[in-house]
Amino acid sequence: MHIPDGFLDAKTALTTATLSAIAVSFALRHVRRELPSRRVPLLGLSAAFLFAAQMVNFPIAGGTSGHLLGGTLIAVLLGPSAAVVVVTTVLIVQCFLFADGGVLALGANIFNMGLVATVGGYAVYRCVNLMWPGPRGRTVALTVAGWSSTIFAAFSCAGQLAWSQTLVWEIAWPAMTSIHVLIGLGEGIISALILIAITRTRPDLVATSSLGVTPVRWREFSFLCLLISLGLACFVAPFASSARDGLETVAIQGGFAHRALAPLQSVLAADYQIPGLTSPALSTALAGMLGIAAVLGLALLISRLVLREASPKKILRE
Amino acid sequence: MKRNFKFTPTPQLVVRKIIGTITLILLITLTPSTHPIWFGLEAILLLGLLWWSRVLLRCVLRRLLILSPFVAGTALAAHYSATGLDWKILALRSTLCLLTIIAFAETTAVSDLLRGLRLIRVPTLLVTTLALMHRYLFVLADESSRMNRARAARTFTTGRRLAWLQAASVAGQLFVRATERAERVYDAMCARGWKA
Repeated sequence: MHIPDGFLDAKTALTTATLSAIAVSFALRHVRRELPSRRVPLLGLSAAFLFAAQMVNFPIAGGTSGHLLGGTLIAVLLGPSAAVVVVTTVLIVQCFLFADGGVLALGANIFNMGLVATVGGYAVYRCVNLMWPGPRGRTVALTVAGWSSTIFAAFSCAGQLAWSQTLVWEIAWPAMTSIHVLIGLGEGIISALILIAITRTRPDLVATSSLGVTPVRWREFSFLCLLISLGLACFVAPFASSARDGLETVAIQGGFAHRALAPLQSVLAADYQIPGLTSPALSTALAGMLGIAAVLGLALLISRLVLREASPKKILRE
Repeated sequence: MKRNFKFTPTPQLVVRKIIGTITLILLITLTPSTHPIWFGLEAILLLGLLWWSRVLLRCVLRRLLILSPFVAGTALAAHYSATGLDWKILALRSTLCLLTIIAFAETTAVSDLLRGLRLIRVPTLLVTTLALMHRYLFVLADESSRMNRARAARTFTTGRRLAWLQAASVAGQLFVRATERAERVYDAMCARGWKA
């Protein structure tokens, strides 16, 4: 998902670079204030870990293999602001040392993978974990969060490519999401497996994220619904018909200023509804709810399959 | 003629190099696609720079080859997308940008780069993190491949699920070891007078 140079125009590169610079400086200030100096080297080592862990191969069908992306996992282990710093560092090194991702596109890449994926993924993790504390809840939460973070990053990347008028949104969005729905599943499962492995050897390292028994908070729950239904649009969008409706046509005629927003509305409202319901808002909401149920169910299934194999019961019971 | 001394550029020189690289990339990005002749001039300039820097052609080509799939994929998508952008121009532009960064990366030592970054007032915490990451990048990569080898020597991988569990346990163990190493590094840094 590293955008190379030459694919973004000046306004997109400048906007994302400014936003990233502001956000990263906030994260740096927060880390300097909150992180005990004892853990400062851990930032660098975690960045190195992320890089090395990306070399560990997870076999997929047919000789291909996938690897960890890791922003969400680091956010869960070290906290979101430290994760922003770590992922930013990794991206800078990848850009300047390995020419992976462009220099002018560095701001956009930090925005997608360092901010949107990391912070968004952590928000999802927090919400699910608040509703469902404990080790199993944590695994489910990280699976869902890893999946959502990949989708968020793909969404933002497609948006930037469309805003630069490199690709048309109707091509960029389905192309990015149809791949990243699958990549995200792998990411979620791998992150959860690694978290389980770490919990088994050093439970104290994960201790910060175990929040104990907290009652369901409706604010968090509604936020989660919003995030997931946004992410879930992509389950339908790649397979939905590409016929344009009125709103989309208007958006395209009206220029790119509305282009980033309007297709999203139409995706949510038009391509993404349950037949038999006339109110688009209601059907979207219902589809969102069904989507949450689907992803949570999937995550639960995976966690059950994996946990039975992965760890003795006594460790999970803590 | 072979250079047989280590040349350490001043931080000012490195900063100038960073600015030069970014300017060149900006220039390539802003070149209008209606005048493809400019791309030719930029390509000649770049090739001249590469020849002057005496970077091995093999290294440059290998890196370019590794990074080409994404460029090709997006260019292809742009070809079928009705934005009016020529995919050839797009591919050419991003290949030239890639060549620029590769030339920069091949000729700049990381320690010099860090010194340059410090000079342009990149936050200390970020520079420290970058330095530590670069220092332990290869250590941890080695450690991970050693663990993988040890695991491969001891276990048979029968199914995909088992393979995933084992790979995950290697990665998890890697994080635990990185954390423990970070604690040792902190003690060593304090012993040498480091202050946050």
